[in-house]
Amino acid sequence: MTALIALFWRDLRRAWGSGALWLPIVFFLLVATAFPFAVGPDAPLLSRTGGGMVWVAALLAALLPIDRLVRPDKETGVLDQLAVRGFADEVVAAVKIAAHAFGFGLPLLAALLPAAALLAQDAARVEMLATGLAIAIPALASLAVLSAALTANLKGGSAIGGLLVLPLAVPLLIFGAGMLDPSGRGAVKLLGAASLLLTVIGPFAAGAALRGLRE
Amino acid sequence: MSEADLLLRLDRVACVRGDRLVFEGVSLALARGGALWLRGPNGAGKSSLIRLAAGLLRAAAGTVERRERIALIDEGAALDPELPLRRALDFWARIDTIDGPRVTEAMDAMGLAPLAEVPVAMLSTGQRKRAAMARVIASGAPIWLLDEPANGMDEAAKARLVAAIAKHRGNGGAVLLASHFALDIAELAELDMGALA
Repeated sequence: MTALIALFWRDLRRAWGSGALWLPIVFFLLVATAFPFAVGPDAPLLSRTGGGMVWVAALLAALLPIDRLVRPDKETGVLDQLAVRGFADEVVAAVKIAAHAFGFGLPLLAALLPAAALLAQDAARVEMLATGLAIAIPALASLAVLSAALTANLKGGSAIGGLLVLPLAVPLLIFGAGMLDPSGRGAVKLLGAASLLLTVIGPFAAGAALRGLRE
Repeated sequence: MSEADLLLRLDRVACVRGDRLVFEGVSLALARGGALWLRGPNGAGKSSLIRLAAGLLRAAAGTVERRERIALIDEGAALDPELPLRRALDFWARIDTIDGPRVTEAMDAMGLAPLAEVPVAMLSTGQRKRAAMARVIASGAPIWLLDEPANGMDEAAKARLVAAIAKHRGNGGAVLLASHFALDIAELAELDMGALA
């Protein structure tokens, strides 16, 4: 357990040291600032569409650091050293998912408040957005690590990685944005189910991809 | 070699990379205090055999038996480039659940004490190899798998490497070494991978 905690903190330190702390915040604020320019200063329209924009931005924020999640550890031999020490690839993947969830998730939730204000989201919608994102962040992290592991051997992997995980993230977007609809009260349960499924599958799928990197 | 002293055994293993058969029918055994030098030209399969012994590659045929923990040096030093050397080594000490003095001893053995606060990214190739060797020494693993450990090292560093190997063997460890060139290691068995290709 001590070793796993050390691995988690190391991944978290590297994530925040490499810009993952401020990148989602800047990204969110850029999206939130640019969106009203695109749709015009119509507050009711912004309020209605801004929540969905936050969800799209959250997905993209999760995918921003794909290049830094697995590839450096493969190139420097860290993954091999962990395998030699008997760490199962699935466990390594699970730790990376947890570290990524904290690494981008906490800054993302912090960035939600100013982004929501710029997008004319009222308090009730901000609360639902925060709840939805908190539920979805482990799944988004899971998809990001899976994508990073699948593309670690490819040049320009992050672009391909985005294409790979986008279809898998669609249920999160649908149910997450659905929570904001007054008639979509069941969406939170569906979002939870989709997030749970992706979070559970993620370490096994990403672990298999990590194993494939050694062959 | 008694069965009780055996640490590593490869029995008629074959290695396939992509569609290419790299080698087949290779058998070797390492007991406590033993050392084996894998030699041969580029592409002969030295690194593949090391990775196979480490469990990083699956044998296409044959069996690999490891009876103790393994420490590995290969192409990458596995040290975070942004960290000072000491902190980078301390990470692996935490992973291996070993204490700080062991890391200090290992750094001293490889002459790395003056570089403790230097970021890994600033180290030369030879210094990184010494750092990787310090990681291996500190791990306390009985089986050392060393793939080109002396690459980039100067003569003084090579002498430290040879001394570390001798001490490890004296403490009951075993070493499987892949190298292009000979190191001045006593009682060293050889396996010519070039002859198998």
